[in-house]
Amino acid sequence: MVCKLCGPKLSLCGLVLSVWGVIQLTLMGVFYHFKAVALLEDLPLEESAAGEEETLETFIANVEHGYMQNALNCWIAALLYFVTLVVSGHQFWMNNRSSVSM
Amino acid sequence: MFRSEEMVLCQLFVQPEAAYVSMYELGEAGIAQFRDLNPHVNDFQRRYVTEVRRCSEMERKLRWVSGELPEPPPPPKPAPRIMSPREINILEERIDYIESEIQEITRNAQNLKTDYLSLIELKILIEKTQTFFQDHSAHRKISASVQVYNNEGVIGHLGFIAGVVATPRVPSFERMLWRISHGNIFFKQAQIDEPLKDPVTGHELQKTVFVVFFHGEQIKLRVKKVCTGFQATLYPCPATYKDQQDMLAGVETRIKDLEMVLEQTEQHRRLVLTNIARDISTWMVAVRKEKAIYHTLNMFSMDIIKKCLIAECWVPRQDLPLLQKALDDGVKASGSPIPSILHHVHTTEIPPTFNRTNKFTRGFQNLIDSYGIASYREVNPALYTIITFPFLFAVMFGDMGHGLIMTIFAATIIILEKKLAKNKTDNEIWNIFFGGRYIILLMGIFSIYTGLIYNDLFSKSLNIFGSSWRNVYDNETLRKHRRLELDPAIAYSQTPYPLGIDPAWQFAANNIIFLNSFKMKLSIIFGVLHMAFGVTLSVVNFNYFKRPYMIYLQYIPQVLFLLLLFWYLCIMMFMKWIMYSTVSDDPAYDSACAPSVLIMFINMMLLKSTEVRSSCRADMYAGQHAVQRTFLAVAFLCIPVMLLGKPLYQMYKKRNLSPTVEDGECEKATPDEGIGEIMITQAIHTIEYVLGAVSHTASYLRLWALSLAHAQLSAVLWQRLLRMGLGGGSPAMAIVLYFIFAVWAFFTLAILVLMEGLSAFLHTLRLHWVEFMSKFYEGQGYAFLPFSFAVILEHDEEDIKEKPNGSPQ
Repeated sequence: MVCKLCGPKLSLCGLVLSVWGVIQLTLMGVFYHFKAVALLEDLPLEESAAGEEETLETFIANVEHGYMQNALNCWIAALLYFVTLVVSGHQFWMNNRSSVSM
Repeated sequence: MFRSEEMVLCQLFVQPEAAYVSMYELGEAGIAQFRDLNPHVNDFQRRYVTEVRRCSEMERKLRWVSGELPEPPPPPKPAPRIMSPREINILEERIDYIESEIQEITRNAQNLKTDYLSLIELKILIEKTQTFFQDHSAHRKISASVQVYNNEGVIGHLGFIAGVVATPRVPSFERMLWRISHGNIFFKQAQIDEPLKDPVTGHELQKTVFVVFFHGEQIKLRVKKVCTGFQATLYPCPATYKDQQDMLAGVETRIKDLEMVLEQTEQHRRLVLTNIARDISTWMVAVRKEKAIYHTLNMFSMDIIKKCLIAECWVPRQDLPLLQKALDDGVKASGSPIPSILHHVHTTEIPPTFNRTNKFTRGFQNLIDSYGIASYREVNPALYTIITFPFLFAVMFGDMGHGLIMTIFAATIIILEKKLAKNKTDNEIWNIFFGGRYIILLMGIFSIYTGLIYNDLFSKSLNIFGSSWRNVYDNETLRKHRRLELDPAIAYSQTPYPLGIDPAWQFAANNIIFLNSFKMKLSIIFGVLHMAFGVTLSVVNFNYFKRPYMIYLQYIPQVLFLLLLFWYLCIMMFMKWIMYSTVSDDPAYDSACAPSVLIMFINMMLLKSTEVRSSCRADMYAGQHAVQRTFLAVAFLCIPVMLLGKPLYQMYKKRNLSPTVEDGECEKATPDEGIGEIMITQAIHTIEYVLGAVSHTASYLRLWALSLAHAQLSAVLWQRLLRMGLGGGSPAMAIVLYFIFAVWAFFTLAILVLMEGLSAFLHTLRLHWVEFMSKFYEGQGYAFLPFSFAVILEHDEEDIKEKPNGSPQ
């Protein structure tokens, strides 16, 4: 909690990036949760490489599974960025404090 | 900001006593540009040259003192009062005193350091020579015989000289000694390990201790001469061991004392400097202002008869009361009974161009001024640039996400602008961004709007209102085919998406083809509108400068040419959008029959016609052929009017009005100009306009090109980069997503916001400078540079950063 890991510029970069990451990844997770059609092409859908034809039900099941997975992944990444936000914010605050008190 | 301000040439009659205070107020206000009334006078013969020299001297001393400060001084406090000449004198004395005090302290410190250095050298010398005298067992009898005598020479026995010399000189030193003594000396040296600090320069020097053993008086003299020649310092070194120890002890105590004294001196110096550091910036500002005032006073001319100073200056008419007030304040402060007189001078000279701007409009005005300062009282394009520039930028940039990033960035800077304005940095890129913060804010806001219209958010479309396209195929067809066509007659609900491009288009394979057609037409429409607006602005100029005939001879033919040809092209585009549809009743207005507007336009210009399909019509509406022929004829008739109208009119006027003299109209053509020259100039302008109408219209297609590039880059970045992290699978992919998002964010910022933003900025600037302003802008004026302390102090800051040795003016 006491050590300074990075200088003022790096902590500012990390701060901005984490804020952006938290906001965007949370929103993307929400959109995946609501099964937005715009994000359909980003889903990890397996092509019907198994040889047998894919029925509509399996396709829909794949799609829904893909959506849920991506939503979960986005939220986990958003959580990781939240941790980064806390760390960067702390570093930034420490950098500012030390430069002001001098 | 509609046009530049009206300027008045004023003559001021000021008493010398009142002049200083008046100039101080004028410098603070920054409203007057003074003209040099003594252009032929040498700088050294001007009236106030002693004062200027005195100020320069003070400035030099202050700069030297601030160079001695350990860290940069705090910023100056705002000085509301004017310093009277008596206070300036007191300040000068104080600065003098401080300078001499600091110089004395530094000199003392240097002397102390020199003494310290010699003591250290002596100590090392004694330590090292102990080894010389002790460990040479073969030479023990030397020590035995010399220990009775000092080193000033011994009859019949060896004497020695000990000292310290710089290490690089030792080889040549030794060689020289060897030569002059014919090899009859014994030279012993030992290098001092740590380098010693030179007290004056602060450099580190490597030194070597040496002892020279010799026999005889004459060699001793020669050796001493060589030592002086090589700048070796000689020290009295005792020969016996006991004496050496005593001396060593004594030297060490003296060293300790000296160290203490040095430290105290240093502390005292630091204390003095800290005391000064508080006020030094304020003094510097006061001195610079005074120097500026005296420089300007030097531009006044002295009227010997009336014993007053005469000045000529350009002042905006609005600021005349301020000028009067400054003069009155000067008179009041000096207590002089004679008032200062302000006198308007009517002149035919062209005044400077002054646009009063605030922090918001200054950026846009700078954009226009970079191309050329507007002629006096010409209509100012900067006012319209406030909206057209961000709008055209946004048409090329059009992405909600990137627009949001720009807006947030600009808004942050603007909210923190007071704090950020205080740190004056050299970083030019930051200064450019900071100076243009309002431009960036507006560009960002408009980009969010056009992003909404293009329905583009980091290359994904938002479905806010529900798409108007429906799926019309059953599940079997969907399963079997990879790609299907949606006929708008069937799949489209005929109610358009309320705002922007329908989100269904992001999945279409012909997305780019559709958007190309849309964006190209849009670009041409905006282009023709922008250019027509530019041409119409020239009417404002013609009206103001009282040349109504130009409206008929130049404006009407120009605008007719532009509108009849290119606005007709735009009208054809509108008609095509409205009249042709897949659900049309008339088969001639079916989507398959929709003509290419460009081909129609080319046919119109070349008087051709193309083959059409059987069910389609050759023209869009009845009578199109006749209408087009008429437009073409009228447009071509405008060209000779443009070419010959103005020259013929001027010839006619010359012939009819040659006896009378033209009064102060801004008539460019003097009566002496030959008719040939007028014709050639007009021909050049006509060709420029006619060809420009075509080429500039096409040039606006860059609005389409850049927005296409931006959209595609954005799509590539998402599909190739971010999609790698959205592969799904186990939650371990979340960590991959974490890193890939960071990379994607970096490239979005670097490529899409910065590079594309800069590119779109540049193209918008070009569109404004060339396509828009060439239609009406003259730009032959010169800028108004008032006598202002703010400007001078800012320039001095930059100058000092460039010339660190601080040579005064």
